[in-house]
Amino acid sequence: MLNRTQAPDFKQVSIINFIHPKQSILDNGTPVFTVYSGEQDLVRIEFIFDNVNWNREKPLQAIAVNALLNNGTGKLSAKEIAEQIDFYGAFFQTEYGQDHSTVTLYTLNKHLASVLPIFKDVLSDSQFPQKELDIYIQNQKQKLQVNLQKNDILSRKEFSHALFGDTAYGVDIQLKHYDALKRDDLIDYFKAAYTPNNCTIVVAGKFDDQSFSLLNEEFGKDWEKSDSVKNNFIFDLAKKSDVYKEKPESLQSAIRIGQLAINRKHEDFAGLQILNCVLGGYFGSRLMNNIREDKGYTYGIGSGIVSLKNAGYFFVATEVGADVCSAALREIYKEIDLLKNELVEDEELGLVRNYMLGSMLGSLENVFSHADKFKNIYFSGLDYSYYENYINKVKTITAKEIKDLANKYLTTETFTEVVVGKK
Amino acid sequence: MVDFNRFTLANGLKVLVHEDATTPMAVLNILYDVGARDEDPEKTGFAHLFEHLMFGGSVNIPNYDEPLQRVGGENNAFTSNDITNYYITLPAENIETAFWLESDRMLNLAFSEKSLETQINVVSEEFKQRYLNQPYGDIWLKLRPLAYKKHSYRWATIGKELSHIEDAKITDVKAFFQKHYNPQNAILVIGGNVKTEDVKKLAEKWFEPIPSGEKYNRNIPQEDKQIEARFETVKANVPLNAIYIAFKTPGRLSDDYYAYDLLSDILSGGKSSRLHNSLLKEQQLFSDINAYISSSLDPGLFIVEGKLIEGVSIERAEAAIWEELEKIKTELVAANELTKVKNKVESVLVFSEMSLLDKAMNLAYYELLGDADILNKEAAQYLKVEAEDIKRISGETFDKNSASTLYYLTEETFVSLPATNINA
Repeated sequence: MLNRTQAPDFKQVSIINFIHPKQSILDNGTPVFTVYSGEQDLVRIEFIFDNVNWNREKPLQAIAVNALLNNGTGKLSAKEIAEQIDFYGAFFQTEYGQDHSTVTLYTLNKHLASVLPIFKDVLSDSQFPQKELDIYIQNQKQKLQVNLQKNDILSRKEFSHALFGDTAYGVDIQLKHYDALKRDDLIDYFKAAYTPNNCTIVVAGKFDDQSFSLLNEEFGKDWEKSDSVKNNFIFDLAKKSDVYKEKPESLQSAIRIGQLAINRKHEDFAGLQILNCVLGGYFGSRLMNNIREDKGYTYGIGSGIVSLKNAGYFFVATEVGADVCSAALREIYKEIDLLKNELVEDEELGLVRNYMLGSMLGSLENVFSHADKFKNIYFSGLDYSYYENYINKVKTITAKEIKDLANKYLTTETFTEVVVGKK
Repeated sequence: MVDFNRFTLANGLKVLVHEDATTPMAVLNILYDVGARDEDPEKTGFAHLFEHLMFGGSVNIPNYDEPLQRVGGENNAFTSNDITNYYITLPAENIETAFWLESDRMLNLAFSEKSLETQINVVSEEFKQRYLNQPYGDIWLKLRPLAYKKHSYRWATIGKELSHIEDAKITDVKAFFQKHYNPQNAILVIGGNVKTEDVKKLAEKWFEPIPSGEKYNRNIPQEDKQIEARFETVKANVPLNAIYIAFKTPGRLSDDYYAYDLLSDILSGGKSSRLHNSLLKEQQLFSDINAYISSSLDPGLFIVEGKLIEGVSIERAEAAIWEELEKIKTELVAANELTKVKNKVESVLVFSEMSLLDKAMNLAYYELLGDADILNKEAAQYLKVEAEDIKRISGETFDKNSASTLYYLTEETFVSLPATNINA
């Protein structure tokens, strides 16, 4: 007779294999890291540029350049670029991050030779036509107006600004910043940042020697270098501020609280991730169990640690019924205090260990994810021993260490607290 | 190409297996053939509320999530107007835990009052977060009842109104479970680092003892052919005027489905598309413009939607959309343009095979359509579409006399409209 009350046997994840990339160099010195897989006839190529020359008077410079890259070169109009890339079934994606600006090509192998020259043209000769800039400004201002009605977005903006001030990490973008965008500033930034000596290329997929030759042929020459200063910021760890933006008609309030913490380079980072997981890092976390599954105050709540080049930060974020906002805040602080005052029980810690190991294994789903794992360490100046240490820490951390970390890093008296809505 | 093996258990449960030895993970995906379209008009939002209750413990296992997390797994689910789909990803060597958990909640739920009460609150907050407390968030709550008059697609999966969710009773929950959650109404897909013969043994062990239940045969009132233009004007606290036009399309199983999908790509797939270039860039009437199909199983919708540039009148914006629609009705799409959207689809299909979970979900969905192998024939179906097909279906679809048009206006614009224009 089948006993359905008895859980089947299981094993803790023991082996996690990381595919290390192969390193090569283009003729002009640009590094290329390739994570190879021959499973599908496709490839992803990321051109990753450090953000540089931060100017707080022109906070949209880097963002606008990244967004407007594919809007015209000396040879091709915006429409022609789009038509050619689409014709080959390829994808041109741009992404502005707090530390890097990325341009990504997704293509089937059979079209690689056709699309690479278009990418080269865009990355070396973008012109930022005034007409395209005007359309961009108009449309972005409209999008911003819509976003400024979203409590969640407002809380993110306020929180980042409170922590990071007028730096690339924290600047509060307003309509006036779009009005101040000038074509010459975009061209200056493009020439300073989108250069071979400021570029790292990360490739994932079916990418053989012949493909590398194609890449080298396009990007290994005739691409101007330039001097630029990589962004570098220093922040005041103990700073605290509270922001309450009242929105009387809100049905829900957005809450975002937290503070500066450490980034991936710090030896405590793995431990802090485990602590974060217990508190609000997965569906079974304490915050979810208490505030969603027990109280029903919210559709979702979570916490996280973000690792940036010049900083790290910890946050708890949720949207809760406006009538229970204060109660939800109290419960969040209560859960943090519990972690600071009481040891996590073995049963819960065991579950979190297994969950995190399974989650790490599952996050290596395909060749793209292996490349992403490489980027995490490479841009933090780390090597694969980081993951060894992480896995080891997940397997061996003690309840005492977690409590100590909570006392060291979750110092609620210096938390920045942002509420948008009603409380 | 997504390979699979297929068998049916004695109780009627269909099982598909996709072996993929390149990953150390496995997926268990179970699709229940029930969605918001199967709800009582007085108890809407129920399929989705029920999805939440499926995580509230089952007859032999008090907590669903914990034992799964303990073996390194994760899970989630979604509800649409047509289906409810649950999925688990976990290390392949622990796959039996997924069978144990998933079979127990198909066998019977624990039905606790506390779980119902909490999930009513959680879903109410979800309703607020996604539909009520967002600019334009309630658009589908307005557009569906305008486009559908008889069919149960006239309400959204979240439900018509909060009160339907708040009033849910444990007896309703039990009845819903009896009716829909049994082996005959489900499709199970296992994917990843597994072997079919092992999966078969596990399926027989954990799922076969479950009573087959009654096959649910739906009988949903179908729409009459729409022969009148429908309009509605909504006023809201939003910064920009917006327009939504909904046209009727055939259901997902129609031969023309692939042509409709390509038509939406020609109009709005990416930066080389017609609406983007004409309406956003050249004429600068919109800051956002999109066209897409709802892909529903019963006859669905082709939606054109856009947010207007400040100062552009809604009549002018609407006329410009119609100009583009008239063009595609009357002029054949150029060979190059058609090849372009077909190439894009080919690419998307190859890239979609990068994700194990997507493959498993797709197999379940296409099996519901009649045969999982339809998935592997899609590329050929898209290739078959010709320029004449695009013109023909455009002509059949883009008709002012069967369009449902919604103006979503700022308070300022709304008060400036002549009273005769307001028929909300």
